[in-house]
Amino acid sequence: MAAPKFLLGRKVGMTQIHRGEEGDVVPVTVISAGPCVVSQVKTVENDGYLALQLAFEECREKVKSKPINGHFKKQGVKTHRFLREVRLAEPSDLKVGDTIKADVFAAGEKVDVIGTVKGRGFQGVMRVWNFGHKPEAHGNMNQRGPGSIGMHTRPGEVLKGHRMATHWGDERCTTRNLEVVDVDVEKNAVLVYGAVPGNRGDFVMIRAAKACRPKKTS
Amino acid sequence: MKLVRELESKYTKQNLPTFNVGDNVDVEVRIKEGDKERIQLFSGVVIQLRGSGIRTMFTVRRIVQGEGVERVFPLHSPKIANVIVRREGRVRRSKLYYLRGRTGRAARIDEKARVSKGE
Repeated sequence: MAAPKFLLGRKVGMTQIHRGEEGDVVPVTVISAGPCVVSQVKTVENDGYLALQLAFEECREKVKSKPINGHFKKQGVKTHRFLREVRLAEPSDLKVGDTIKADVFAAGEKVDVIGTVKGRGFQGVMRVWNFGHKPEAHGNMNQRGPGSIGMHTRPGEVLKGHRMATHWGDERCTTRNLEVVDVDVEKNAVLVYGAVPGNRGDFVMIRAAKACRPKKTS
Repeated sequence: MKLVRELESKYTKQNLPTFNVGDNVDVEVRIKEGDKERIQLFSGVVIQLRGSGIRTMFTVRRIVQGEGVERVFPLHSPKIANVIVRREGRVRRSKLYYLRGRTGRAARIDEKARVSKGE
């Protein structure tokens, strides 16, 4: 089995390119992905499941904890900043120390990009849940509040799951079915159609699209 | 972002036509008709240049049958075959929006003194 279609990387930023003879302008996100080093091979005999552990972006040993450094040392791989696992369906012939590069993806393929949404902090109901705002006149002094949050004696409590002001963003998010527009193996870059969660420079993961639902148009 | 610039360079044109705001230009636009390709000219005054890198856009204004027509082109689009400067204009601002309200003699632009590439 070939290398798994999975890469760790960082979001670099967005730009646009002209594609094809027609020169259609395509919005793309540049992801600096890989090279990822296999830092551990998990087998059914040993671990109960098949997986590859991938490491991305070498860093000083000081940055990571002693147990993590110990793990790297045991595998004979340099300390890396990010460690993630990919589940495999069948055994891979990749060994510890092998690298996976951006060429596992090709232009035209569909991928999912997993990242962390930009953190927005503690936000009110208007921003988080799109609540409307209340009149500004007629003595109203609470324009951005949630309003009524429930009934009276019955049920006598606020229903569970009621939308309120809350911490927003900074959570894992997957954008699905993005098209790979271009791959530059030398520069370790993958260009993906459209936007991807997170800030520039944030850690992201790219995998082959899980659900390739047929496109509605064209 | 340096990586973005580098990757963009793959899609940008190397030999860019040089022209400036105020110039009279002929824009050669590739047009597909069936399986044939031909080049159409759009000539007029460049009234704005904006954006940088691959996103550079420019607007050309001309008068067609008494009606002002403006077309915005992406400089790096493969559809733009060439931009030929017919006459270099002497202008003092970067966006010539003031031309929009003017016609005839009022919409003239002086030619650059040192250039003698007349029409």
